[in-house]
Amino acid sequence: MLKDLVNPSTFNVLVGKLEDVLVKAVEKPLGYAINWGRLWSLWPVHLETACCSLEFGAASGPRYDVERFGIIEAFGSLRQCDLVVVQGTVTRKMAPRLRMVYDQMPEPKYVIAMGACAITGGLYFDSYNVLPGIDGIIPVDVYVPGCPPRPETLIQGTMLLQEKIKRSRFR
Amino acid sequence: MSSHGGQPEEGSQAKAEAKPETQKPVEIPPLEKGIIEKITERFGDKIKFVYAKPKRIRFNVKTEDVMDFAKFLHDEVGFDQPISVAGVDYPKENIIEVVYHIGCCTKPEYTSSVFAFALRLPRDNPKTPTLIPVYRGVEYHEREAFEMLGVIFEGHPRLEKLLLPEDWADIPPLRKDFNIKGR
Amino acid sequence: MGLPPSMQVEESEEGRILTISVGPQHPGSGHFRLVVKVDGDIIVGADPDPGYVHRGEEKMCEYRNYIQNIPHLERPMIADSCGILYPFCLGVEDIANIPVPERAKYIRVILAELNRCIFELYWLGIYGIFLGHSTMFMWPMGDRELLIDLAEAATGARVTHAYFVPGGVRNDLPENFKERAIRQLDYFKHRLDQYKDIFYNNPLFLDRTKGVGVLSAQDAINLGVTGPVLRASGVKHDIRKIEPYDVYDQLDFEAYSMNSGDSYARAYIPLLEMYESINIIKQCLEKMPSGSVRTKLGPNPRGAAGESFKRVEAGRGELAYYLVSDGTPKPYRVKLSVPSFRQIPAMPHLLKGAKLADMPAIYWSLNYWPVEADR
Repeated sequence: MLKDLVNPSTFNVLVGKLEDVLVKAVEKPLGYAINWGRLWSLWPVHLETACCSLEFGAASGPRYDVERFGIIEAFGSLRQCDLVVVQGTVTRKMAPRLRMVYDQMPEPKYVIAMGACAITGGLYFDSYNVLPGIDGIIPVDVYVPGCPPRPETLIQGTMLLQEKIKRSRFR
Repeated sequence: MSSHGGQPEEGSQAKAEAKPETQKPVEIPPLEKGIIEKITERFGDKIKFVYAKPKRIRFNVKTEDVMDFAKFLHDEVGFDQPISVAGVDYPKENIIEVVYHIGCCTKPEYTSSVFAFALRLPRDNPKTPTLIPVYRGVEYHEREAFEMLGVIFEGHPRLEKLLLPEDWADIPPLRKDFNIKGR
Repeated sequence: MGLPPSMQVEESEEGRILTISVGPQHPGSGHFRLVVKVDGDIIVGADPDPGYVHRGEEKMCEYRNYIQNIPHLERPMIADSCGILYPFCLGVEDIANIPVPERAKYIRVILAELNRCIFELYWLGIYGIFLGHSTMFMWPMGDRELLIDLAEAATGARVTHAYFVPGGVRNDLPENFKERAIRQLDYFKHRLDQYKDIFYNNPLFLDRTKGVGVLSAQDAINLGVTGPVLRASGVKHDIRKIEPYDVYDQLDFEAYSMNSGDSYARAYIPLLEMYESINIIKQCLEKMPSGSVRTKLGPNPRGAAGESFKRVEAGRGELAYYLVSDGTPKPYRVKLSVPSFRQIPAMPHLLKGAKLADMPAIYWSLNYWPVEADR
């Protein structure tokens, strides 16, 4: 009877069905678990780019506590962080350093562009030393507008990033 | 005070050179008058008096005399705290002005005044001796004036870029012929 | 007994000195790079490298008129935005001969003192975390939010208020501001006493900052440092006392100075200044007359050709603006003389000969904010 089941014509169908069963039983829950672990422990790099860093600091304070979302400013090395929050204006002197920091982080990594200056250059659009947005040097996941964005807006931005991670395939 | 005779007319004449419209003589307050008399007594007409408002005095100095002037200001008159060094570009007169603002911390009667002296340098070759031997705090201010306007301070230990990126290849940005793109 | 073969290497004088770059990506530096040369554990040289946030404020000022300049001029120090706009407004009022109503002067003093407290609490929080005291990060951050609530009720924005304009302030204070402010300030004073207990009397803090980084009065004056750093070295130089602007000459407060010149004194004076700020705000709330808060200006205000130099005591020290006007609505030259930039020469001077572990204590006690120094 097994010989009847496993013959060349039905083999592909069997393998296909096996793949379905494996995806449903193993990959989906495994992916969900891995993504769950990632999105509740986003560790930002300790890189402050400009004035929005004050509101990021205020967001770590007791009123708008971001630590409950798992975002702890890990004071260790940047090799163990997976989130870069570009806080504010990026000048031409800071841009190569930002790219170097981004390259050193391990995969998977996420970027939040915080503040109008990081999105399009903002208030300093006509300055001789300011980049018009950081899209040109690193790929951005979430844009958080504001000048500076309120800490609650930053938290909404991180929640959007969490949605994005939840929906993505784990790598 | 009846002894106002000499100073205000001199002052108003110098003012009349700078601003031809106002002709009436301006009274100089007594504290500033004392400082001005001390300085003109020592330097005479090597320096030019520009204005004296309450608590603000300004003179124009030449590059050959600026070192003696700064030493005299620091040791004899008592202004000892460097506040800032500003460079201003006047392309119409072909001049770059470097204005030093000095405050006083030790003499109680002078602490609220700010003394400004300015050097008028030719625009195509702005060179002046550095004042670090007298006021140590102007080191970084002079470095910034060098990178923003191109003024060369002779004797400065390190004339390099401070605030601009290391690979800046354009003309000094605070000059008036540097136009921001799109404006 | 000699060294094992693996340790027998040629040691030269050069080889012993190590150059460390405490760069922009570092928990202990902020947006600033400090290149230090160390010989073992002793720092032999330090070279500050600012400019990572240089946005060209002074050039941008020449393309906007006086009122359009207000939003971007307050960004170098967004927590103390009233303090950094104050001398600009005073300078424009001087050039264009704009009178300011009495009530506006009192409101300006109240907001300037509130902003001073808001900035000093942030500074204290970061100082706590540099020295490893994480409670001292959380407590000032929390108390700061209450003062920011007050500022938000008055101006409409959390940090960048854009509230001071040449001619007064933009709008009046809300109805119940006085009662609310007095309640908050009483609670704040009680908290400051608690900070003294957990931080300033903490034996670890005393060990790390007493006698560390001593700056003599002569050096302090000659290097051009200002603010609490100057007052900690024994020089009584507070602009609010020696050249009072707005209504500071009608208020009764003290300007403190200490004689030791070490990091502890530089950290203690801001605490005393916060006590005085509470005092000043309460006096202003009592004495404030009623009336208008803004002089109506025509479009494109301008003044005669001339220059003006006005200075103010901001949270970090003496902030001055040198304004040159040529008779048009746009300024010809705006030069900001910020206290953080004037503190830079003190860094190589104090770090030479210090131990590497003392570097955060000395560097942050100089009250240096990199965004402001770069403008």
